[in-house]
Order: sequence, then structure tokens, then C-alpha cells
Amino acid sequence: MAEISSSLLYAAFIIYFIATAVFAVALTDKKADKGESMSKWGRWGYILSIVGFLSQLGYFITRWIASGHAPVSNLFEFTTFFGMMMVLGFIVIYAIYRLNVLGVFAMPIALLIIAYASMFPREIEPLIPALQSNWLKIHVTTAALGEGILAISFVAGLIYLIATIDQSKGSKKTGWLEFVLYTLLSTLGFILVSISFGLMDYQTTFEWVNENDTKAELVYEMPAIAGPHEGKMLTEGNFGPIFEAPAWMEGVDAPKKLNTFIWSLLSGLILYGLLRLFLRQRLGASLKPMLKNINTELVDEISYRAVAIGFPVFTLGALVFAMIWAQEAWTRFWGWDPKEVWALITFLFYAAYLHLRLTRDWHGERSAWLCVLGFVIIMFNLIAVNLVIAGLHSYA
Amino acid sequence: MEKIKCECGHLNPYGTILCESCGKPIQDETNDEKLLNMRYEGTARRSQTYNTNFIDKTWNFFSSVKVGVWLIVITLIASAIGTIFPQKMYIPKTVTNVAAYYEDEYGVLGEIYYLLGFHELYSSWWFVLLLGLIGVSITVASIDRGIPLYRSLKNQRVSKHDNFLKRQRMFGTSKRPEDEEQFMDEVVFRLKEKRYHVRRENGNILAEKGRFSRWGPYVNHVGLIIFLLGTMLRIVPGMYIDEDIWVREGETVAIKGTDHQYYLKHEKFVVETYDPEEERYAEAIKRVGGSVIKNYQSDVTLYKAGEKLPGAKPDLTKVKEYPIQVNRPLQFDGFSVYQVDYRQEMSEMSFQLQNKETEKPVGEFTVDLQNPKDKYDLGNGNKVILKDYYPDFYFNKEQGEPATKTPNPNNPAFIFNMITPETPEGEIAFIGIRQNLEASGDNQYKIAFNGVETDFITGLTVNRDYTLPIIFIGGIIFMIGVVQGLYWNHRRIWLKLKDDEVWVAAHTNKNWHGIKRELSDVTSKLQLNQIIDQHDQERKR
Repeated sequence: MAEISSSLLYAAFIIYFIATAVFAVALTDKKADKGESMSKWGRWGYILSIVGFLSQLGYFITRWIASGHAPVSNLFEFTTFFGMMMVLGFIVIYAIYRLNVLGVFAMPIALLIIAYASMFPREIEPLIPALQSNWLKIHVTTAALGEGILAISFVAGLIYLIATIDQSKGSKKTGWLEFVLYTLLSTLGFILVSISFGLMDYQTTFEWVNENDTKAELVYEMPAIAGPHEGKMLTEGNFGPIFEAPAWMEGVDAPKKLNTFIWSLLSGLILYGLLRLFLRQRLGASLKPMLKNINTELVDEISYRAVAIGFPVFTLGALVFAMIWAQEAWTRFWGWDPKEVWALITFLFYAAYLHLRLTRDWHGERSAWLCVLGFVIIMFNLIAVNLVIAGLHSYA
Repeated sequence: MEKIKCECGHLNPYGTILCESCGKPIQDETNDEKLLNMRYEGTARRSQTYNTNFIDKTWNFFSSVKVGVWLIVITLIASAIGTIFPQKMYIPKTVTNVAAYYEDEYGVLGEIYYLLGFHELYSSWWFVLLLGLIGVSITVASIDRGIPLYRSLKNQRVSKHDNFLKRQRMFGTSKRPEDEEQFMDEVVFRLKEKRYHVRRENGNILAEKGRFSRWGPYVNHVGLIIFLLGTMLRIVPGMYIDEDIWVREGETVAIKGTDHQYYLKHEKFVVETYDPEEERYAEAIKRVGGSVIKNYQSDVTLYKAGEKLPGAKPDLTKVKEYPIQVNRPLQFDGFSVYQVDYRQEMSEMSFQLQNKETEKPVGEFTVDLQNPKDKYDLGNGNKVILKDYYPDFYFNKEQGEPATKTPNPNNPAFIFNMITPETPEGEIAFIGIRQNLEASGDNQYKIAFNGVETDFITGLTVNRDYTLPIIFIGGIIFMIGVVQGLYWNHRRIWLKLKDDEVWVAAHTNKNWHGIKRELSDVTSKLQLNQIIDQHDQERKR
């Protein structure tokens, strides 16, 4: 069952990939994207997205059967599910607006998230007592669905920014847009670097004193740029470390994570550099002509609509259900645990967004920037709060 | 201030921008070009009307959306700062010097964090004040807008002023049809088909749907306020009880907070781990080091005390047996008892009295660490007298003598007097974990450690929270309001027969894409001209 499950996920991944390409072709079709009728290519892209989603749903169900619990209990499972919910969010929003350009951006970002998820340990894990509750499936899935829909607002916001920002000369805006694209490339870089060193079976072992003040060994799967604080390299002849991670970094295996983070940024920089060299202009400027026919007003409305649909779902899943479960498991419905706080921050952020939308000044570009920022907060809560800030939710 | 009478005859409150009844612009009649600002239906909002005294100014401050957003943003940033380093409640409980802890663990930044009070940020006066201000802002802003909006939507007429229609964002004109009666009937039919509530009044039509969604924001604000009030009620004595209790296996204790009404007997504690051989989990269990906890469980029996007589032992009647697990608290009479912690504790220590040279045992005895006996008779004239017992031993340097830190047997130590027929005067020995001292140094007998028995002791939390129902109701109302406001939208279409034309105008509070699609469908079926988005046109110009 577990094997069928991973094959289905793999299949979904490939189908999403093809769907992206089909949507990209649909974009070149001149008749399309007036928001009225679907073009032939657009329809195929949409059908493929749904087929991919069903395949991933198959992965989800079979993994559930194999593991005996809802497969949303660790970072691999949760992040994969988040990617799946983003696709679902896309399917819903596309059904309303039929905008192919949304697929061109939403599908690869979902792909990136699913690929990112696959870098975490993938075995089926048993549930610790704190997770043995029906609320696991209810709270986590609803929260992920909300985040998935909110992620679509980011996609639309990004499209809006690429389509509207003046690329004739460099400015603060073009700079930030490049930065957003660079972070996406860093995620890709992380995946590529992980896979490459994984294939090489690269390992460097350090001896160090870990966060529990005990002597331990730490195995790096990537060359050490940042070594453990006062660590001793046990593997001979390997590269590094160039410097040591600061002592105050807490959390399980913090130096290793810092090292991985540096590798992601570096590889992203290389990818970005290569692309710039090849394109001879800003990435935003290269993408812009692709979007010259789109109705930016409509894209703005889509990003707002995605927030309007996603916000209540997120609130229900990440705050209301979370509070009910916390009351049952931890004796209090609210405890200012970092994950809880960041869920509240996400909630407050989108609440502020919805209030700002009441004034016309905040429609369009400003609103698009906010959607980008909202996604940054969601990803921060998913990645940094789990990996860096230690708390009750650090299951992975 | 006096009311304003519109030419349609409706009396509007002072400060009205668009007549509540016919929509005629009251203030900027001359400006024909610009689209009307339809926010809050152009009603007279107190905050937009008065600005003279202190009360007005305070009201205006709190009713501003801008102020509200700023309050949200400040709260958001403050909350984020609170997650940089752990809050005080999450640092190890053994830490006594909190300031030093932050400095040692997180350096200069940690020191600053502590000095500024960020280690207890969420209960700091200014954070609570911030939440309070948000509460005030929500209340004022809702009253300021909600009541006039209600008035205006209730008073709206079917026939609207020309100026009102022309200056709507969606507006279009077509040729007046020949058979008016049939045309109007068809319009009504087409709009009803789209599930509009249609009102008709001599040559005018008002079609409306989703008006209830306008109340969504006010409903969710009410929910939030109930929620916030609920959380504040916790500080009222008696509303909220939260106590920790530790119970050993076999022990019966009064449940804190129940005023000696309920007693709990801890029968048995269970810790289970997953079977590392279980195929589906094997790989993961191996990766994390061979052991994953499956279950923590305290099997308990709940008793209720009968009539209480002063001094007498309570008369206990059994209520129920229950296995308390994580996620499955024991519940009774508004109380919940949660599994939160456990410890293993030494319960009994066995010793052997030996001849020091031959190591030949003379006799054995066992000390119950909770209730040690004073004397252990080993037979044949051998006995051991327990002179002193330190359950949690340490050497008090100031007093220069052994002492105990707590009454819990974490590090038990004993002073024994060993009496045998050979040593009728007795010999003194100090026995602790990995310590064996003699007073004189020339003892003939010694006490050797012979084994230890442990007991589980479970950490439970007793909780009763009368504010929960209020908080829960607040939360439900909030969710209803949010869904009501965001999943529906208020759409209105006006139609007017004017001279030899048909005028159609439309407005929605959100989702213009949706209303445009509806309009284009309706107009094409009725063979009217397309309704134009005047906002788009203005932008292109």
C-alpha cells in the first residue's frame, strides 16, 4: 500500500508538471484569457490539474490506509498536503475565473512545495500520544486548505506585480520583485542540491555538544559551510567548515539546518545568476511580455477573492479547531506557543488586508504586495517555526 | 442639528451624503462627472459629521479603519517579537534566576529581551491594553457604520434619482421598448431567474440579493467582542481554576479546586512504546533511535465525598473508573483532569546488614521511602534503627549538616544505627546513593544496598473554566459573521424607464466580476445594450 501511495504521488508530480507546460502553451493562444471562455489548451491544462489532484488524493488515501492515521502528522506529510490543497484552491478559483495565466504560476509553485516536502524523511511514522486525536485530521487539513487557498492570492498577486511593474528601469519595486523570484529559485536550489548530494551519498560527521548539553554526532549530507559550534570533524578529507554556527542557535540539529539554509541561498544565487546571464535582463522583465494581454483588474480581483474564500477556512482550521484541540490536549485553548502565535499573526495580517481593501487606495499593486507578504508569513510559519523556533508544534 | 429634507420628501439626518430614500446626492450635486462613493450608502456617520469636542474626537479616532488597521499591525508585530526567544512559561521550570537564564542562553540579545519584558510579553500591561484598544475600536467602528447603514438600506426606495443611477459604476442605456408591460414582466422574470428579490414601482425596478451579507462584518465584530469579554472574565474569581497535582500509584488525594468534594485514587500508571518490529513503523522508529511512546495513561478511580464532619475522615463513594490519557481528560461536574506529566520515583529500598570483613549477610530489611519505620528487627538480636532520613539529600554547608531539599525521595539518604549481639552499643552508618560513610571508621558491620523498587507518579492538571461556553459562542458568532460577509455579496440592480430610454445601473459591495457576468447574461437575453463599467472607462481615459 505504501508503495502504491508513493507511486501515485510521483504520478501526480509529473502530471502537474505537464499541466504547467500546457497552461504555458495556452497563454500564447491569443483568443484566450479574456476571462470568458476556455481555450482548448486551457481546458486541457485544467483537466490535467484535476487528474493530477485525483492522483495525489489517491496518494493521500492509500497512505492513510497504510499508516492507520491521517497522513498530515509530520513535515513531509503536511507540506505535501499543503501543496495538494494549493492545487485544490487553484481548481476552485480557476472554475470561477478561467484564467490560464493562473495555472502557469500556481502549478509550478505547488510543484515546488511538493518537491520541497519530499526532502524531509518520508517513512510512515507512528503517532505520539499528543497527536492521537480526531482533531488531527480536522484541524490540520482545514488549516492546510485555508493556507492553500490563501497561497492562490499570492500567485495572483505575483502575476499582477510582474504584469504591472515598470521594468524600463531598475527601482525598489523591481528589486523586491526580483527578490521574490530569487526566493522561489532558492527553494528549487535547495531541492537540486539535496538531490545531487543525496545521489553522491555525501556525508561529513561532526562531534559536538548538542542542544541538550550532551556529546553527540551530527551527520551533514551537504558539504559543511557552517559547522557546529565547537564541533570536531570526524570524517577526514572532506570540505569545510568555513565558519561555526553561533552558539545561541537552539533547536534540534540547528547548525545542520543553518548549513542547508546557506546552501539553498547560494544555489538560488547561482541559478539566478545563470538565468540573468542567459536572459541578459531582470527575470521580471523577461516574464512581463508573457503577461501583456492579461486583464490586471481581474487578476487583482482574483487575489482578493482568494483571500475572501481562504480567510474563513484558515480561521476555522488554524484558530477555532486548533483552540478546541488545544483545550483537549494541553488543558488550555490558547498558550502563546510560537506556532499558535504565528497562526494568529497570519490571521491578523489577512484581517488587516481585508480592512485595507475597503479603501480604493489599497486595490491593485499595494494589495498584490500584501498578498506576497502574506505568503511569506505562511511559509515562515510552516518552515522556520517548525525548524528553528522550538515549541510544542515542532514535530519534525 | 436639523434634518435635511430631500426633494423626494424623505427626512435625512444631518450629515447625509446620499438621500437614504432616493439616492440623490445631497452634498456635491454639481459634480456630475465623478462616480458616486457608495461606501455605507452615503449615510450620515457620526464620525464624519461631528468633530468639535473631546468625545467627538475620541469617537472619530476609534471609528477610523486606519486606526484599527494600525492597532492590528502593532499587535501583529508585538506578537512576532514574543516568539524570537521562548516565553518565560516555556523555559525549564527548574530555572530560578530567569534573568541569568536569558543572558546565558541568548547572550546580549537575550539580556535586552528580558530587560524590556518581552519574556512575559503576552501578559504585559501594554499588550493587554492593545487588545483592549482593538476591542474599543471594533465596537465604535461598528456602531458608527452599522446603524446608519441599516437605516439607509431599510429606507431605500425603488425609484432612484437620475443622478444616483448615472453615477453608478455599472450603468447603461438602451432604447425604450414598444411593449413596456411585457418588457417589464420579462425583466422581472429574468432577474428572478438569477434569484434576485425584485420590487417594482411604476416604471422602476429594484432587484436585490444577498443584503444579509452586509451585516457580516457587524456580526463577526459582535462575536469577537463576546470572545474578548469571555477571555477577560477569567480573572473573575471562581470562573477559572487551573491546578497541578501529583499522585503516586495507590495514593488517594483530594482533587484541588473541588473544595474536598472529589477525591482521586491513582490505581496504576501505564507507559507504552510502539513495537519496533511493527512493520509499517519500523523504519521511522529506527531513525529516531528505537523507541517512540505510544501511550501515557493514568488509571484512576473518582470518588465523591459524602457529608463532611469536621475532623472525621471523608466518606467516599465511588463515581467512576477512568483511564486518563493525553487527549482524553477525565470529565465530571464541569471539571476536567488531564494527563500532563509523569515521573518514576523510588518507593522502596532494600538493604542487607553484613559483616564488614566476611561480607556475610546477617539479615535483610526494606525501607518504605514514603513511610519509613523507626526500627527494623532482623532476628537473632540483630536490628537496625533508622536515626535520620533525608528523602532528597544534600549537604547544607551553612549549617554544616545533612539536610533535605524536598520531601520527595529523589535522592534518599539514611543514618542507621546497627545493633548486633557483638555490638550492643550500636554502630552508626551514613547510607546514601553511592555513599557509605561511617562515624567512627572502625565499624564491624556495614549496610549494603540490595535493590530498589520504583513507583510511577503521575502529573495531572485539574481545570475548570466557566468562561469556555462564552468564548465558544463568541467564536461561533464570529465565524458565522465572517462567512456571511465574505461568501455572499450584496448586489443591486436598478432599472428605470426614462423618456425614450431604459436606464440600468448596478452596484455590489464586492465581486464585480460576478455582477458583470450576471448583467451581461440578463442584458443579452433582454436584448438591451451592454452595461458599461464606468470605472474601467474612467481609468482608460
